[in-house]
Amino acid sequence: MSSRHQLRIAAISTALVALVATGGSAFAQKKYDSGATDTEIKVGNIMPYSGPASAYGIIGKTEAAYFQMINDNGGINGRKVNFITYDDAYSPPKAVEHTRKLVESDEVLVVFNPLGTPSNTAIQKYLNTKKVPQLFVATGAAKWNDPKHFPWTMGWQPNYQDEARIYAKYLLKEKPDAKVAVLYQNDDFGKDYVKGFKEGLGDKAKSMIVTEESYEISEPTIDSHIVKIKSTGADTLMDFTTPKFAAQTIKKAGELNWKPLHIVTNVSISVGAVMKPAGFEYGQGVLSAAYLKDGADSQWDNDPGMKKWSAFVDKYLPGSNKSDSGLVYGYGAAQTLQKVLEMCGDNLTRENVMKQAASLKDFQTDVALPGVKINTSATDFAPIQQVQMMRFKGEKWELFGDVISSEAKD
Amino acid sequence: MSTIQETVAKTDAAAVDAPPKKSMALGRTTSLVMLVALLIVPLFVKNFVIFQLTMLLIYGIAVLALNILTGGSGQFSLGQSAFYAIGAYAAAILIEIGNVNYVLTLPIAGIICFAVGFLFGFPALRLSGVYLALATFALAVAMPQLLKLGVFEPWTGGVQGLVVTKPDAPFGLPISQDMWLYYFTLVVALVIYIASVNLLRSRSGRAMMAIRDNEIAASAMGVDISMYKTLAFGVSAGITGVAGALGAIAVQFVAPDSYTFQLAIALFLGMVVGGVGWLPGSLAGAAFIVFVPNIAEGISKGLSGAFFGVLLFLVIYLVPHGARQGAIYAETLLHKLRRS
Amino acid sequence: MDLLVNQVLAGIATGAIYACMALAIVMIFQAIDHLNFAQGEMAMFSTFIAWQLMQWGVPYWWAFILTLIISFAAGVIIERVLFKPLAKAPVLTNVAGFIALFAIINSVAGLIWDFTIKQFPTPFGSSPFMGSQLISTHQAGMIGVTLVLLILLFLFFRFTRIGLAMRAAATLPESARLVGINTGWMIALGWGMATAIGAIAGILIAPVVFLEPNMMGGVLLYGFAAAVLGGLSSPLGAVIGGFLVGIFENLVGTYIPGVGNELKLPIALALIVIVLVVKPTGLMGRTVVKRV
Repeated sequence: MSSRHQLRIAAISTALVALVATGGSAFAQKKYDSGATDTEIKVGNIMPYSGPASAYGIIGKTEAAYFQMINDNGGINGRKVNFITYDDAYSPPKAVEHTRKLVESDEVLVVFNPLGTPSNTAIQKYLNTKKVPQLFVATGAAKWNDPKHFPWTMGWQPNYQDEARIYAKYLLKEKPDAKVAVLYQNDDFGKDYVKGFKEGLGDKAKSMIVTEESYEISEPTIDSHIVKIKSTGADTLMDFTTPKFAAQTIKKAGELNWKPLHIVTNVSISVGAVMKPAGFEYGQGVLSAAYLKDGADSQWDNDPGMKKWSAFVDKYLPGSNKSDSGLVYGYGAAQTLQKVLEMCGDNLTRENVMKQAASLKDFQTDVALPGVKINTSATDFAPIQQVQMMRFKGEKWELFGDVISSEAKD
Repeated sequence: MSTIQETVAKTDAAAVDAPPKKSMALGRTTSLVMLVALLIVPLFVKNFVIFQLTMLLIYGIAVLALNILTGGSGQFSLGQSAFYAIGAYAAAILIEIGNVNYVLTLPIAGIICFAVGFLFGFPALRLSGVYLALATFALAVAMPQLLKLGVFEPWTGGVQGLVVTKPDAPFGLPISQDMWLYYFTLVVALVIYIASVNLLRSRSGRAMMAIRDNEIAASAMGVDISMYKTLAFGVSAGITGVAGALGAIAVQFVAPDSYTFQLAIALFLGMVVGGVGWLPGSLAGAAFIVFVPNIAEGISKGLSGAFFGVLLFLVIYLVPHGARQGAIYAETLLHKLRRS
Repeated sequence: MDLLVNQVLAGIATGAIYACMALAIVMIFQAIDHLNFAQGEMAMFSTFIAWQLMQWGVPYWWAFILTLIISFAAGVIIERVLFKPLAKAPVLTNVAGFIALFAIINSVAGLIWDFTIKQFPTPFGSSPFMGSQLISTHQAGMIGVTLVLLILLFLFFRFTRIGLAMRAAATLPESARLVGINTGWMIALGWGMATAIGAIAGILIAPVVFLEPNMMGGVLLYGFAAAVLGGLSSPLGAVIGGFLVGIFENLVGTYIPGVGNELKLPIALALIVIVLVVKPTGLMGRTVVKRV
């Protein structure tokens, strides 16, 4: 009860702050594009609720629940958020159809957090021609930070290539003579990591990487790949895989009693959905990097942000599995959009939404790691660029080192 | 040995005893009404509905192609998505890298796919029923992996796919890109439909249907079985390729993820819902695969898959022989009304 | 040479998964004379039931037995309720029904148990088997269970009245009816048995691939390939087919330079198609003579 009360107070106070910040002029001058009125803001979204990527559908459900919470607390600057989400089944043609429906029939103000690199690539040109914001896309490809060519498209999470570069730098510093095996998923996700990793190693990529092994998402198990990689004598494993396969890799390596320096991607760090199924005993010492907190990690039990998140899940998504990282991701993305819409005040034009989205300063969501802040500018369309490395110990991740920013490219 | 073929033939014959000539096309009045509707509707709806209708026609063409193969020659395919993908990539590569006019890409895509389908028809000759289903299914599963292959990346764009430019209306016609593309697709669809109906009525079509109904009897009557079976594969693949090319132009994007075996299954469902062997049903089947997923997710987001399944069950319970059965009901009803 | 042995052994280990699934596929083919696309999802759902029972504190073997009983009953009910009305409909319509069933089961499982992966216990342990790191005790146990099942099925179809009646009902329904076999119930029985065998396959596979609603997508494809390669009318063929597909795939990935690893599935499938072209009813399948 008390946490719900706190929530409401927080919401009211942010609304008040926003009101004061936009000042009196807001009342004099209300500006709207289609999708926004005095009472409502329409937000569109595309998610794979069915089909092969249906595991991500929880992100859309979380966002819908989040905006339900906002509406129950009075909305954003007095306007209710009407969150319209459609199922594209991870198929680009379906994504195009639904995006067009959102823009031309539902007339949404923004298309927010559509998921998947292929689907977003398919709708990017259309949305930019129509000048509709394609805001905070749910994919870590590097190409969303391109304000010059696509001023209406903006990413959200750290991109895969930058993350891989951070691992490369770590290796160069800590283990420059490593014999590296690279295991990757043969799609845009895995290939982005491989590209960033090789660029990060630079000239040493050729001498350090002893083998590259790819697998298809249709393979039931990748055990035989692990057997093969182990036989190359590699002592370092770059594991660019999605959760299920990361868990298989950790487990199989453990069963084979193979203990390389093992780095998994940020996508596959869930304690409940990767490390636990793989077996905690096999996961000891695995490395990765994070920018969000983990819902099943006990170290955040007393964290105020995660308490808010937990209260939200209990009330609006009862019965959900809190170890599902989609619940944290959806919350963080939705909160970022809430912030942007608050900043817009009464000027709810698409242009202003992009302008405000591109002027976020040190914004921190409840679910981001301490020190991970969102910063954007007219030339920087990559909201989250900071991650922190961590090592798995006992039953949780231990953060180490500084929060690393990937901005400085070399 | 050939379970599927035999049973298809058996049950089809039992269910619909209309002469083949009539069962392949609609009556003249119905055809005209349909045509007028297809011509007029786009003038009154939003651009995105026009886009949906364009996709409807495109899937209709692809379902029709499968119908020629299964309904016409009795061969079963779960691999149509592979030909669709080849057509789509052929068009995308020609437009974006070869700077070829989009109109020209259609026949080229068709010819490439005809050749691939014809060649695939040879090993398929030895297979039937579930074995053929597996072989074609393998093709559908393998296709996205082939498209991702590093060797082809300079042309295919690898895992990232290719973005395709949408054509403007020619001669400075004052209509939107969507509307132009719709009418362009409609013309292509009509040409293919009329050609297909005539093909099945021709000597070759009768030969194919003879093979479907009884292969051994057909060969005893002097029908060149291997020729017509591979020909059916080629024609079907070629038409699917044209649909794929149109799809690439309408969606403006091709990527391996667009052409997984889910597409093959969708096309198969379209054929069953439309009625196996009944060409006009292809449009009804296409409507099923375009609109029913949307209806299902409108009922529930979390259970959209389940509701899709339930709706599919409903359809096959009501009309196990597809839209053709519905059309026959309607026709008899009309006759009764006219008489009374 | 070492690498070759390793890859063959690793192939047998994954092949065991395919063999298990292929056995369930052959079972349903024996009963209804076509393939059930929803079989993988049904096995997945059974495995979730076993998992749920264990979460509620039921011991492993009791959960195992209960799951088999529930699955058998569910299989019979699905046939009676959903597919009996389609008995007179064309085969392709039935196939569409399987696809509908697939969509329903997958979606319902996702709603009840969500999509995060879950670990599934194994009674065999997962330490290396007989000193070989390539095959774990679980995989050895899985191969063992598969072989026992195979023998049981063989005995059932060859020597029991009901097994013979079932085969008769599937191959020649009209003649079977004439000699007094209730073909409708034989089909339902076949569904029940296939679902129960699928449940065993799911329970054996889950510890390796982890339990989640989409776990069977890939397995079913390989299972089909294995069953078709071995010959759909032969349980022994299906099991051999499963191991062959596993080994095929690994050897292609290891020894074909350049594209081998990226294309190991397409190449393995192409090899199967070639085998089928040479022997159209699979390696161990009976050749059926067609009458005009």
